[in-house]
Amino acid sequence: MIGELLERLFRWYDPDKSRPAVKRRLKLLLAHDRTDLNPQMIEAMRKDILEVVSRYVEIDIENLEITLESSNRVTALIANLPIRRLKKSESDSDLDPDSELLSDSLLEIHLDESQVFTLPSDPILDPPSDRSSN
Amino acid sequence: MTRIIVTTSGKGGVGKTTVTANLGMALARLGRKVVLIDADFGLRNLDLLLGLENRIVYTALEVLSGDCRLEQALVKDKRQPGLCLLPATQSRTKESIKPEHMLMLVKNLTPKYDYVIIDCPAGIEMGFRNAIAPAQEALIITTPEISAVRDADRVVGLLEAHNIKKIHLIVNRLRPKMVSANEMMSVEDVQEILSIPLIGIVPDDEQVIVSTNKGEPLVLSDEPSKASIAFNNIAQRIEGKQVDWLDLEEPDNTFWTRVKKFFSSKII
Repeated sequence: MIGELLERLFRWYDPDKSRPAVKRRLKLLLAHDRTDLNPQMIEAMRKDILEVVSRYVEIDIENLEITLESSNRVTALIANLPIRRLKKSESDSDLDPDSELLSDSLLEIHLDESQVFTLPSDPILDPPSDRSSN
Repeated sequence: MTRIIVTTSGKGGVGKTTVTANLGMALARLGRKVVLIDADFGLRNLDLLLGLENRIVYTALEVLSGDCRLEQALVKDKRQPGLCLLPATQSRTKESIKPEHMLMLVKNLTPKYDYVIIDCPAGIEMGFRNAIAPAQEALIITTPEISAVRDADRVVGLLEAHNIKKIHLIVNRLRPKMVSANEMMSVEDVQEILSIPLIGIVPDDEQVIVSTNKGEPLVLSDEPSKASIAFNNIAQRIEGKQVDWLDLEEPDNTFWTRVKKFFSSKII
């Protein structure tokens, strides 16, 4: 039993064997064969999908992936669209730290000194000393 | 009710005709009345594998043109009662026949036979379309190689489009040693990729060539070979019986098997 386990481990580790390669190639191949989509059509779909989704969120175009996967004789088109950041609407601007509107609005906040609230002094952290300003 | 089965593959040379000949013979040995139709017009081979090439007088073409009756064209196997062959013409090509012609031939055969097995030519053109026209079921034959599996997949798609829903897979010419060495796809790999139910696994066997040379299907031989047992098992499964899968692992003597033996042998 130990021998069989060792043999299985050995087989699994060997990356130069052709069986995993042929399975990978076939799965990819058949996913494409089955849908009868040529590369031009996939590229056109990619552009259209990007355009539609970009109306709602901003997409990281470089890492956009569109693949075909097949299992049980059903092929699925899978689109992986990493979202860079949300497209903002007016009411949400204060909540977004990246928003330019927020940084603009920061400039308008003043601190009113007379309304500053001070804590009572802590005898250990803040020992009493002679303070002329008091 | 007669069962009309087509053996097809897409790819050529994967064993359709060998399977048709041996399966037909095996079913006849089980007591069934079987007619094999060679649909490879222009490149006929089924007659050779059955060793009936010298007994062909008329072919399907003469039946269709009215030059002879259907019974006159059928070649009855003298070794196995219940089995006969409707030969293909060698002179004309696949374009001379239309699907309606095949439908008519099969319609005239069904009253007298339990099984009508149609040996489909390679490819997906006219010959293929003619062969699948009368079929209700299909046996897809493939080898565990990339081109064969790709073509088989295409054929499955075409069969489904032609409304043939009962499709089963036979993986032929398997080499268990290569599978263990991870240099050949396993039956599970092929079945997972094609996603159709498996009905047979036939190992690569030199005896197939010997039997073809002699014109004697393997299943007739007195000495059983792994391939002949596999063919008989497929026939049983087609008849609806449950048959365990053959153990195709070959004993070998690599370092690891010796280590295994060491660990598994009794010490006391």
